Formats: sequence, structure tokens, C-alpha cells
Amino acid sequence: MSPHKPTLAVYKFSSCDGCQLSILNMEDELLDLAGALDIAYFLEATRAERPGPYDIAIVEGSITTPHEVERIKEIRRQAKVLIALGTCATSGGIQALRNFTDAKALANTVYDHPEYLHYLDTATAIAEHVAVDLELWGCPVNKGQVLEVISALLNNRRPNLPAYSVCLECKRRGTICVLVDKGIPCIGPATQAGCGAICPTSGRGCYGCFGPTRSTNLDSLTNILTKLERTPGETVRLYRGISGYAPAFREIADELLKEAK
Amino acid sequence: MKNIEVPALARVEGEGGLFIGLQDGKAVEIRLDIYEPPRFFEGFLVGRFLQEVPDITARICGICPVAYQMSSVYALERALGVTIHPQARALRRLMYCGEYIESHALHIYLLQAPDMLGVQSALELAATAPEVVKNALRLKKIGNNLLKAIGGRSVHPVNVCVGGFYRWPKAADLKALLPDLEWGLAASIECAKWAATLPYPELEIDYEFVALHHPDEYGVIEGEILSSKGRVLTIPEYENGYIEEHVERSNALHSHTVDGNTYLVGPLARLNLNNQQLFPAAKQVIKDIGVELPLKNPYKSLLARAIELVHFYEEAISLVNSYKPEGRSYITLKLKAGEGTGATEAPRGLLYHRYKIDDQGLVQFAKITPPTAQNLPRIEADLFALAPQIVEMSHEKATLTAEHLVRAYDPCISCATHFLKLKVENV
Repeated sequence: MSPHKPTLAVYKFSSCDGCQLSILNMEDELLDLAGALDIAYFLEATRAERPGPYDIAIVEGSITTPHEVERIKEIRRQAKVLIALGTCATSGGIQALRNFTDAKALANTVYDHPEYLHYLDTATAIAEHVAVDLELWGCPVNKGQVLEVISALLNNRRPNLPAYSVCLECKRRGTICVLVDKGIPCIGPATQAGCGAICPTSGRGCYGCFGPTRSTNLDSLTNILTKLERTPGETVRLYRGISGYAPAFREIADELLKEAK
Repeated sequence: MKNIEVPALARVEGEGGLFIGLQDGKAVEIRLDIYEPPRFFEGFLVGRFLQEVPDITARICGICPVAYQMSSVYALERALGVTIHPQARALRRLMYCGEYIESHALHIYLLQAPDMLGVQSALELAATAPEVVKNALRLKKIGNNLLKAIGGRSVHPVNVCVGGFYRWPKAADLKALLPDLEWGLAASIECAKWAATLPYPELEIDYEFVALHHPDEYGVIEGEILSSKGRVLTIPEYENGYIEEHVERSNALHSHTVDGNTYLVGPLARLNLNNQQLFPAAKQVIKDIGVELPLKNPYKSLLARAIELVHFYEEAISLVNSYKPEGRSYITLKLKAGEGTGATEAPRGLLYHRYKIDDQGLVQFAKITPPTAQNLPRIEADLFALAPQIVEMSHEKATLTAEHLVRAYDPCISCATHFLKLKVENV
């Protein structure tokens, strides 16, 4: 460890604040965290701010305005390590649903004077704009994973993050498969672990907060899901949810729509 | 005196700035700049199945996702003409208790109090008063644990559905929280006593207070919309009384009453209008610390939150003790076309939703009016009222006093922005 404490900066882009809040929700670890790191910029937590460069920058949210495109480049210049925190930052998140429609039409629906809005047609991941050193998925992120990443950085080792799907978390909890047993549509087999399988454990299907896994056979899952649809178009809407703009989910939903035509 | 300019407000939810233009000792221009980008929620809710709505609207705000879920499910249940199981209703109140506890504890200690304690953050306070901060974090954690026990996780919980809950939480999991809730009740009473001693800046405003009111319980999930000026509306009548409109020098769509007045929603409004419905410990603490109602000082929202914290801890204990899950946790829905409204009290104030759905249960139209959009014109008006005081102060103190006023509202800029309409004219 270097003699000085590593500096940390936390930034918000287009998002709900929930992932930053997950840091403040580490009630048992927050004071230790503040002891191990030098919090140099974290607007939600403190008025005190010091200029960069910073050892670690954590970025929540997706890029949705021309101003955000410029701002993320400046943050990249100031940061030794840049972490994209949460599904907005890693895939565009919920606001990336605009990417599937005409953003102008959406703006007209919500706003009387859309001509005064400054927005991009798409909401995109941080990595589409600058180099990202580490992506942490989740809507919201799992605070245990946030701690693991920070602790790994402080100890100069690789973080140990799960590469398996929600299915394994169900098995570990002893949750009976909602897809097989109850015929409830669930994209847990194609979604990265991290939440603790809270949806299947609540008797409902997973809706993909932690983004797609790398290795699932999506075609096979999709065949099952389309047979179980409770309302027309349910499979497409399941993929086009929180992580809908992540390439794997985006492509399979596009294919389904093409087939339907 | 120089203009007051805070390019990025700290310790608020979301991204905003503050500008106060001063001339000859008077405020000539006040702007609360909202640069949080629009996210178009009302647009992309269209075409989604009604059961997906609470999962989507939760993402409007990470601090008060339960409020968004609740206003959504009540509106959609009204559209379908569904009444939920009485225990499911009680469980929704218990869940809301969890959200109030975590959100209020966060705001009291981590967001607002540092302004009166001469520190930049609660983390800085931990160096000199570690016990205060540890207790604060524990008070907050218990709310999060309650949310986790009911909803699977505290941010964006997954158990609420149109018609009730996907599953009943295990009674044992809720009962296990009782020792912590009892500790929290005692600690929140101490918190309210401490809150009464803080050096609030002086400012009295003759507000029109607006809150949900229910004769039998502290108004949170159902009831009528009551105004301190005597207006009483049912929830479906909300838009007849409260209107959104562009005003000059604002980049937000500002709400006002049909009479053209600004109004205040949030903890002061609730406490002033609904104190008769508080639980006994909260009524007692009001007596013990000698609070005279109505509270009209916006900075004392912190004190109102602390009193509510006592209430919600006590109500949570009562709801856990009477928790008896029986039968199905949700009503089976029969889809039909319709329209429904829902209004619940988010920790920051009244949150109104209206949806139209088709006979397949797909959303055709969504309208959401968050509390911060309703309060924005009041924040600006309060800053004008504050201006004569702050021109007498040092620039540093004036800036802090103005920032503190904004923070006292606990503005949720992420929530507000997704519905704010940007300014028509550049000033």
C-alpha cells in the first residue's frame, strides 16, 4: 500500500441515484470505507470537494446528453481507474428504452416544448464513450460486490465477481425453479448473478437487472419463453427491460420482432 | 454584494445548481437550475403491461422507489376496480414505514444536519461525534432491513404487484426485526429531542399546506387530498385542484393551485394537517419538546421528519406485531380497459399518478406528478423571502444559508426532472 490513501471520486450521470445510494447504504462499512479511502468528490455525501486527478472514479448512470459526452471524457482524463457502477452505466439502463423508439416522439409525449431539451437520441453505456476499467452490473448494484471491487483495488488484486447466472443462486437458496415448476417466464438463466435470486424466491420471474451472462443459450431459453407468454409480446418486453440495450438481450429481442413480422 | 452561485448542489438527490442575482441589496433573480437530464418515463411506459409498471416507475428514484411503486399499483388497481386483501394493505403500510425510516434518517443526518453542525458531511462529523453518526447509520439501516425483509432488497424492491404482493414475507423474518425496531423507536425519540435543539435559521412562511389525509391513520397510501386553505379533493379530482404551468425564469413546469397559489407538500404539510393521526409516542414527543404547530419554518422540515421518524418506528412495531398472512397475497386480475389515479405520500410529499390501460392491460397513457415538481415554485419563492436576510451576511454564510434552504426541502431532482418541462424563454 502506498503511504497516502487512494483518492475516490463518485459521479452521477442519467440515473435514479440508487447505485450511489448503495454506497451510503453500507451502514456497517461506510465509516471504515471513509477511513481507507480519501473521498475527494462525492456530491451526494459531502459539500467538500477537491480537484483531481483521482485514483478511483466511480460513475453511476448512462450518457444521454451532449454535455454528458464531454463530461465523461474529462472524468476519464482525471481518473487512474474508472469503474462503471450499475446497469445504467454498463448498458444504458432503463432510460435506454428510448433507443428502441423515436426519441423525438417520446419527447413530444412528455414535454410541451421538446425543442428546448438537450438530449441524445440514445442512452448509452459509459464504455461506448471512454475506456472503462471495470464494469459492475446491477439495478441496483449489490453492495457486497462494490466492497469486493474496492477492496480488490486497495489490495492490488483482481476482484472476485460471479460469472454464473441467477439459476445458480436459486439452487443455492433452495428456490424451486419458477420457469420449470410453475411455467412463469423468467430470464434468470440468461442473467448474471448478483441479486441473490430475489425475484424467483418471491414467486415471480427474473427481469434481468444484472445484465446478460456471457454463455447462456439464448435461443433455447427464448423458445421456452415464447410458449409461456401470458400476454402477447411478453418475451420481447422481458428482454427489453432494465438491461434491454445490452447487446445479447437487444439482439434476441430484435430477432423475435423480425420473426413476428 | 456578489451574486450567490452554487454550480452543483451537494447533499441533494440528483443534479442541480442555484443562482441568486443580487442588486442594491435585493434579490432580482433566483434560479434553481436543473441540469439532470430528462429520462422520458411517461413516454416509455406506454405499451408496457400493467404488471411491469411498478418495476419501471421504481427506477425513477433510488431513494423512494416504494413511493413510485405504491402510487402506480393503487392507480392501476383503481383502473381495474380491484380492492386488495386487508393484510396486503397493512403490509404496504409497513413497507412504506421502511422507506420513511431509511429516507428520513438519511436526510436528517447525512443531508441536512451537517449545515447546522459546521461540517461538510456526516463523514466529517464522524471524526468528532462518532456515536451520533453510528446511531444515525443504525437508524437508517433498520429501515433498509425492513424493506429487504418485505421486498427482497431496499433499493428497487421486487415484491409489490398490482393486486397485492407476489408473496407474503415470512412472519418470522418480520418478527426478527422487532428488537431493532424497539431500539429505533427509543433512538428516534432521542433524535427528535436533539433535532429540537438545532440552530435553525429563522424564516416563517404563510404556506398553503397540501397532504393526503385519512381520518383513521396518518395519511400515506389512501384518503383525501386536504389543503390548509380548506380545499378537500378526492384523489381522482387532484387535477381539478392542482395545475402545472410554465412560469417565467424557471426551467421547470411549476405546479400551482387552481387559485394560482404556490403550495407546499412534504413533512411540514403532513405534520401540520395530520398530527391528530400520529401514533402516541410521536404525539408525546411533540409535547415533550414543546413544538407549536403549525410549523411554518421550511428549515424545520428536519424536525418534522424526526417526529415522523418516531411515528413510523412505532407504526412499524404495531404492524409487525399484528402481521397475520392468510390465503393468497394477491388478487387475480380480470383485465379490462380503464383509467385510474393513485396518490400516496412519498417521504418528500404527495406523488400523483394517472394511467389509461386497454383491454389487454397495456398502458396507453401515463402521467406522473412528483413532489419535487410541486415544491419547486415554493423553493424559489422561499429563496426570495430569505433574500433580505442573506444580503446582510458574509458571502460564505449567505451561500450556505441559501443552499441549506434548498436541502431542507430534500429535493429529489432525479424524480422531478423526468417530468420537468424546460423553459420556454431564455431570460
